[in-house]
Amino acid sequence: MDVLLDNFGTFAEGVLTTIELTTLSFAGALAIALVIVTFRVSPVRPLRFFGTAYVELFQNVPLLLWILFFVFGLPKLGIQFELFTTAVLAVSMYSAAYYAEALRTGINTVSTGQAEAARALGLGFGQSLRWVILPQALRSVVQPLGNLTVMLLMNTALAAGAGLVELSTAANRVNLVEAEPILIFSGAAVVYALLALVITGVTRLLERRLVIHR
Amino acid sequence: MNALFDEPGPRARRRIRIATVVSALAGAVLFALAVRQFAVNGELDWKKWAPYTQWPNWRYLLTALGQTLLAAALSAGIGGLAGLLLAVARVSRNVVVSGLARAYLETVRVIPAVLLIYMVLFVLPSLGLDLPLLWKLVVPLAVSSSAQFGEIFRAGILSLDRGQGEAAAALGLRTGQSMRLVILPQAVRRVVPSLVSQTGGVLKDTSLGFFVSYAELLFSGKVLIGYYQNQLLIQTYLVIGAIYFTANYALSRFARWLERRRDVPVIRTGHPRAITLGSVE
Repeated sequence: MDVLLDNFGTFAEGVLTTIELTTLSFAGALAIALVIVTFRVSPVRPLRFFGTAYVELFQNVPLLLWILFFVFGLPKLGIQFELFTTAVLAVSMYSAAYYAEALRTGINTVSTGQAEAARALGLGFGQSLRWVILPQALRSVVQPLGNLTVMLLMNTALAAGAGLVELSTAANRVNLVEAEPILIFSGAAVVYALLALVITGVTRLLERRLVIHR
Repeated sequence: MNALFDEPGPRARRRIRIATVVSALAGAVLFALAVRQFAVNGELDWKKWAPYTQWPNWRYLLTALGQTLLAAALSAGIGGLAGLLLAVARVSRNVVVSGLARAYLETVRVIPAVLLIYMVLFVLPSLGLDLPLLWKLVVPLAVSSSAQFGEIFRAGILSLDRGQGEAAAALGLRTGQSMRLVILPQAVRRVVPSLVSQTGGVLKDTSLGFFVSYAELLFSGKVLIGYYQNQLLIQTYLVIGAIYFTANYALSRFARWLERRRDVPVIRTGHPRAITLGSVE
């Protein structure tokens, strides 16, 4: 246990980075996903095409490649952000494709009558989506969104590939000095498990409050 | 058209037409700006793309694709098999067996694959077990995907009607027999599309070979980039991205095709119309 205590600082920084990366990427991913899913169900063909292309592009290319491309490729095109920002951008944009698909499933579960009722009230496409359809769709996909967020947490470890010192890299670095792999990596695994537990807990809470029982 | 909007009237049709033109223009402008960004920074220069007209570079990347596919097939194969066993254990009536399976599934689900890779890289050698390079990638990926495959199989088993198990019991089959002869064949068929898309996930995860220096696509790309002194970074990532996309897109289309095929009613009688329209008429 001494190894973990001696390197508490390194670990704490890594954990903090992982938490920040996860939180910011989650917010970014959800925001992008809402736009993409709106595009995908809109009556405007180019927007639908863009939404579909976005989802296919991000889902079919590995996240690690996106991270490396964003971190090392964009500067070559004269676009450069801080490493952490770039990592948030890559993870958000990648996860957004998955969140958007989950939301689309959610929209499909909202009964047609709801959309018809919204139209009957005189709401336009954007209005009925914002006030009637999306709130219900979001509520019905709380559980899948929670699972995707646990996946997002796991995916933040890939930022290690670009040299960001998050939890997994911190563990790796401590191990290179201390050479206590079993203890150090189990310790890191426990922290990931605890963070995932928090996400699952929040998901359960939200689900109990929000899910509509039909 | 979907249920979110009516069959548009003349005004709505005009608005949609305007939105179509505007968004198409916006897309074209964005695309042009992106191309300009490439051009301004010299990334469209012919000398930066010329290496990708040469066979040796392609042969190198295609060999790497082969290594990627090999690692993916092994990881998905082993992970899938383990997942099937885990799912069966998880639904077992023996509390110890199902508890152990559950503990495994829930633990592995919350450990990043990167961490599993570090464990294999550092823990196993410290125990005196040094795996060949391929297996340093396959073992952690098989472990992490076994949890995902396990959940898929379990969902398939749980989606079956209870009557199936009861009928099997009524025929005098023992638990193991009814699982093997009645439950699993149906459950597995139901989840084939999810299995295929999960395999796509494993294919993407093989890019973690980057961390173990296994010569799959992404790592080979890194080597190629280094060989050309970082001059072809953008081009190499684009080419590799295109290869991943093609392989994975083919797999996901296949999954969707399977899904559509599955939705076709399996029982065919001579008069499908009579069945589907019977209640309406």
